[in-house]
Amino acid sequence: MKKTECIAMLLAGGQGSRLGVLTEQNAKPAVPYGGKYRIIDFPLSNCINSGIDTVGVLTQYQPLELNDYIGSGKPWDLDRLNGGVHMLPPFQRSKGADWYKGTANAIYQNITFIERYDPEYVLILSGDHIYKMDYAKMIKQHKETGADCTIAVLEVPMEEASRFGIMNCNEDGSIAQFEEKPKNPKSNLASMGIYVFSWKKLKYYLEKDKDNPKSKNDFGKNIIPDMLSSNEKMQVFHFNDYWKDVGTIDSLWEANLDLLNPKIELNLSDPNWKIYSRSPSAPPQYIGKTAEVQNSLITEGCEIYGKVDFSVLFENVVIEEGAQVNDSIIMPGARICSGASVHYAIVAENAVISKNAKVGERPENTSNLEKWGVSVVGAGLTIGEDAEVHANVMVKQNIKAGEKL
Amino acid sequence: MRINYVMGIIFPNVHDDLLPEMTANRSMGSIPFYGRYRLIDFSLSNLVNAGISKVGVIAKSNYQSLMDHLSSGKPWDLDRKKGGLYILPPYGRSETKVYTGHIDALQGAMSFIKDSTEQYVVMCGANVVSNFDMEAMIDSHIKTGADVTIAYKRGKLPKNHRDIMSFQFDENSRVTEILLSNKIEKDCDFSLDVTIIERNMLIHLIEEASDRNQTNLARDIFQPNVNNLKIFGWEVDDFAAVMDSTESYVNVTEELLNNPIARKQLFTSERPVFTKTRDDMPTKYGLACDVTDSIVADGCIIDGTVKSSVLFRGVHVAEGAVIENCILMQDCLIGKNVHIKHVTTDKNVIINEGTSMSGAPSYPVFIKKGANV
Repeated sequence: MKKTECIAMLLAGGQGSRLGVLTEQNAKPAVPYGGKYRIIDFPLSNCINSGIDTVGVLTQYQPLELNDYIGSGKPWDLDRLNGGVHMLPPFQRSKGADWYKGTANAIYQNITFIERYDPEYVLILSGDHIYKMDYAKMIKQHKETGADCTIAVLEVPMEEASRFGIMNCNEDGSIAQFEEKPKNPKSNLASMGIYVFSWKKLKYYLEKDKDNPKSKNDFGKNIIPDMLSSNEKMQVFHFNDYWKDVGTIDSLWEANLDLLNPKIELNLSDPNWKIYSRSPSAPPQYIGKTAEVQNSLITEGCEIYGKVDFSVLFENVVIEEGAQVNDSIIMPGARICSGASVHYAIVAENAVISKNAKVGERPENTSNLEKWGVSVVGAGLTIGEDAEVHANVMVKQNIKAGEKL
Repeated sequence: MRINYVMGIIFPNVHDDLLPEMTANRSMGSIPFYGRYRLIDFSLSNLVNAGISKVGVIAKSNYQSLMDHLSSGKPWDLDRKKGGLYILPPYGRSETKVYTGHIDALQGAMSFIKDSTEQYVVMCGANVVSNFDMEAMIDSHIKTGADVTIAYKRGKLPKNHRDIMSFQFDENSRVTEILLSNKIEKDCDFSLDVTIIERNMLIHLIEEASDRNQTNLARDIFQPNVNNLKIFGWEVDDFAAVMDSTESYVNVTEELLNNPIARKQLFTSERPVFTKTRDDMPTKYGLACDVTDSIVADGCIIDGTVKSSVLFRGVHVAEGAVIENCILMQDCLIGKNVHIKHVTTDKNVIINEGTSMSGAPSYPVFIKKGANV
C-alpha cells in the first residue's frame, strides 16, 4: 500500500454560538449554505480535489446532523478502502474521559488516529469558511521551503486587520511575529486558520502543550506562538481568491448573497473544482405562471408562485402566490404563504411564514438604522398570520397570529 | 421494509424504435426526461420503493449511456453485496441473435434468473412514466393467487404502440381477453408494461416458448393462454403515461407542466424518484430574466425569457433570448436574442445568437444531440 503523505484534520466541534438559533440543534459546519450546500462541503471538496483522501472530522457540539450528513463520505468520494472520512468524537480512555478542551487538544487526543497513517504532514482545517483552495499547492510550498509549519494567509483591508490573527513576515515569507487581533496591526496578512505541519514537529509541540497547565490548548493562542518562540521554521502561504468566514448571521447572509454578485468569482459547479454535497431526491424546481423571479439562486424541489428577488432558496421551499421574498436566505422545506413578505432575513429549515405575516425590514424602511440587521427565524417555527417580525430579531419560538416582535 | 422474495427485471431497450430520434445514441431507458431524470429512473425507483433490492437490467444495444447512468446502482441504493443491480448485456454466442422481444431477451438472461432465489419476478419496460405503489400490487398478486398480474391504466390507447396489450376483465379483475390492436378509439384498459409472475413459472414459460422460436411475450404467451393462466389486472389510478412517439414525449412533458395534480402524483415524497446526481450549483436567475410556468433543473444560468418550458441541468439562456414551449436537454447553450418556440433539443445543442426557429404544437422541431445551429 502506498504511504499516506498527508492527512487532513477538520475541526468541526465548535458551537458557532454567534449563529444563535441556527446552531442550537446543529453544529456550525452543518449549517446550510448556497442553496444546496453545507459549510463543511467546502473543506471536504477542497480535500478531495487536492488529492487528500484521508480526513478526520473532529466533532463535539451537536454532532447528530453532521454525522448523518457525512455518512460514509460517498458524496465527496471519501468512502475509501484506505483512508476516507472518519468522524472523531471525544472518547473514554482507561484513565478517564475528556472533552476536547481546545483545537490543539482535539488533535492531541487523536494522535493515535494520525499515527495509524504515519503521515509526513498534517493539514489542519476548520469547518467555518467558504472558499476554494488547492491544498496541494500549499503542501508543495511547505516541502520546498522545508518549513515546519505553513500558515495560509489572506490580505485583508488594513482597517479590518485588527479583527484577525495577523502574521508579520520577513521578506522570504517566513513569519517573524504572530499577533492575535492586534490593536495596531503591522501588516494585513490574516491567518485563515489553515495550517500544514510536519507531523513530527506538531506531535512534539502537542505533547509539550498538553503538559502545560496554563495553556488553553489552542493552535492560535498556544501552539503557533510556542513554535515561533522556539525558532521553528514557519512560512506563510498566500491565498488571493474568495474566502469568507461565516461565523456570524451577517456574514452568513452576505456569503450566501455573494453567490449572486457578478463581481465575485465563486463558481461552485466548475468541473475542475466542484463543490460536492449530499443531494436530496427532489424533482426540478417549478416556476409557476404567477411567479416573478430575478437575481436569485433556486434549487431542486422548490415551487415558486410569488415574487423572489435577490435571494437564495434551498430545496423544497414553497413561495405561494402573492408572497414576496427579497434579500433573504430561505432554507430547506420552508414555506412562505400568500401575502407574506420576507425582507433581509434568514428563514431556517421547515419554518412556515403564514399568510400576510412580515419578517425582517429593508434598511431604508426602518426607523432606527443603528439597530437594523438581518432577522432570523429558527428551524421548524411558525410565524402566525399577520404577525410582524422586525429587523434584527432572532425568532426562537413560534409567533402567534397578529403578534409583533 | 426490504422484501427478499421479489426481484426486478427491466428491459431498457424494448420499443426503442418508437422514439427514433432520441434513441439514435442511447436506449429508451436513458432518454432524458423532466429536467433531471432518465426514463429508467421511474421503473427503478418504483421497484426500489416497493422494497425490492435485486434488479437485473437486460440491455440490448446502445447501452453505453445507460451503463454510465446506472454505474454501481448507488443512487437507487442498489450497490449491494446481496442482490443489488445487475446489468445484463447480450450474451454473445455464435447461436444467439440480438433480441427482438421479451422472450429471447429473458432467454439470454436465463442464467441470472435461474441462479436467483426470489419467488417472484417483476418485469418492467422503460417507456412508462409513473410512480405507483408497487408493493400493494405485489401484495394483491399474492392474495388473489394470480399467475400473472399486469398493471394497467384506463384511458386513450397510445396510438403508435403496435403491440400494446389492452384488456377485458371479469368482475374480479381477472383478464378474460387480451387485445393487441392499436386501433381502439374509445377509452380502454391498456398495459403499463409492469408484470408480476412467479419466477419458476416464468422460466418454464420462457423455455417452452423459446423452443418454439417465439419471441413476443404478449402475443405468444399471454394472449393465447388467457384462459389457462390466471392473469389479473392492477389499475394505476395515479398519473401514468406511455411514451410511444417523439410527440407523445413532448405531450407528456406538457401535461406535467400543466397539471399540478399529475406532478404531485409523479413526485410524491412518499416514493421519491431517484437519479444520478451531478453536483451542479442551484440555478442562477439573472437580473433581466423572466421565467414563468417552467420546470428548471439545477445548474442553469437564465438571463432571458422562458415560458412553459423544461430546462434540463446546465442549460444557459443568454440575455434577450425568448424560449417558449421548449424542452432543452442537458447543457444546451442558447445565445443572445434567440427566439425558439415548440423546439425540443437533445443534449449539448448550441443555438447561436439571433437564431429564430419555430415548430408547431402538433409538430415540435427536434434538434439532435450536439448540433450547432
